[in-house]
Amino acid sequence: MVGIVIASHSWKIAEGVCDLAREMAQGHSGIIPAGGLEDGSMGTDAARIMTAIREADSGDGVVIIADIGSSIMSSETAIELLENEDENIHAVIADAPLVEGAICAAVEAAAGSPIDSVLAVAEESRGAMKL
Amino acid sequence: MPGSIYKCLSLIGERIIANKDYLTELDREIGDSDHGINMARGFKAVLEKVNPDESDIGAALKKAGMTLLSTVGGASGPLYGTAYMEAGKILAGKTEIDSQDMKAVFEASIAGIQKRGKAVRGEKTMLDAIIPASETYAKKISEGADMIHALDAAIESAHEGVEYTKTIIATKGRASYLGERSIGHQDPGATSATLMLEAICDYLKGK
Ligand SMILES: Nc1ncnc2c1ncn2[C@@H]1O[C@H](COP(=O)(O)OP(=O)(O)OP(=O)(O)O)[C@@H](O)[C@H]1O
Ligand SMILES: [Mg+2]
Repeated sequence: MVGIVIASHSWKIAEGVCDLAREMAQGHSGIIPAGGLEDGSMGTDAARIMTAIREADSGDGVVIIADIGSSIMSSETAIELLENEDENIHAVIADAPLVEGAICAAVEAAAGSPIDSVLAVAEESRGAMKL
Repeated sequence: MPGSIYKCLSLIGERIIANKDYLTELDREIGDSDHGINMARGFKAVLEKVNPDESDIGAALKKAGMTLLSTVGGASGPLYGTAYMEAGKILAGKTEIDSQDMKAVFEASIAGIQKRGKAVRGEKTMLDAIIPASETYAKKISEGADMIHALDAAIESAHEGVEYTKTIIATKGRASYLGERSIGHQDPGATSATLMLEAICDYLKGK
């Protein structure tokens, strides 16, 4: 199953979005939060995201969904750090809104779809109308 | 000399920590009021993580970069973290540096920041201090200046770069949400970059 990492400045957001996504993706054990800094403060931490990617991966790759600003840069850094360590994990960042992207990706991943489909479905959520 | 890179990092850290409130105040105007807090937290961790007796400058800078990546918390974390790691690659195995090494450090750091943040000069970021400083440094060295005099001139250019950030609109980072309202305020990252250069120069002058 494709893993999902939720990268946010806030651990509450990361954990909350993961909870929400897991509700729709029963049986998916690789939806992993990477929120805030180790000491609990607000911010993004490339090493923490790297650890979450490792935890989320079961061999089918990982889609990262990030909030704003440095969460993207830190996610890119995390992917690069894994590459530098020659770890063969296929990790990609979805250009998608956090909540909608996470739910769409989780449902698709739980259905057993490959990483390209999970990424595409997450990114399609960008255009979804609410009203 | 063993431990001298640690001494240099300490001077950088002390200067950043001493300016924590100032940097945060600048970030209050055009950001999320955390730049000083972020940078002080990062450099406190750097001084805890880097081995005080490290003689390999490259190894110390790589360790510092890795630490910044995971402790700063804001955009300046991956940006400065990448800059330090790229500088560390250039200086791997070196126990002292000459004026050409310093030029390569400037260039590698800028390349690292641009790889990570995809910004160019004129977007009201740390690059608006570092790029002019690097250019002045290279020019002075090519004219025969020594490292300290070239760095003094580079710092002057960095200060001018900081002043210049007051006149332009931010198009990268948090400040870009403010659009035209970012004019009139100086960029926190350009300011912290200048403080770092000043600390490196102090170190070379033996202060
Ligand atoms: N893309 C970029 N390229 C170069 N420098 C940047 C970029 N984005 C932001 N900066 C620099 O980072 C500084 C802000 O650093 P700070 O630590 O406050 O991060 P932040 O904006 O709060 O991060 P976050 O995105 O997590 O909110 C800015 O003043 C600017 O100099
Ligand atoms: Mg900030």
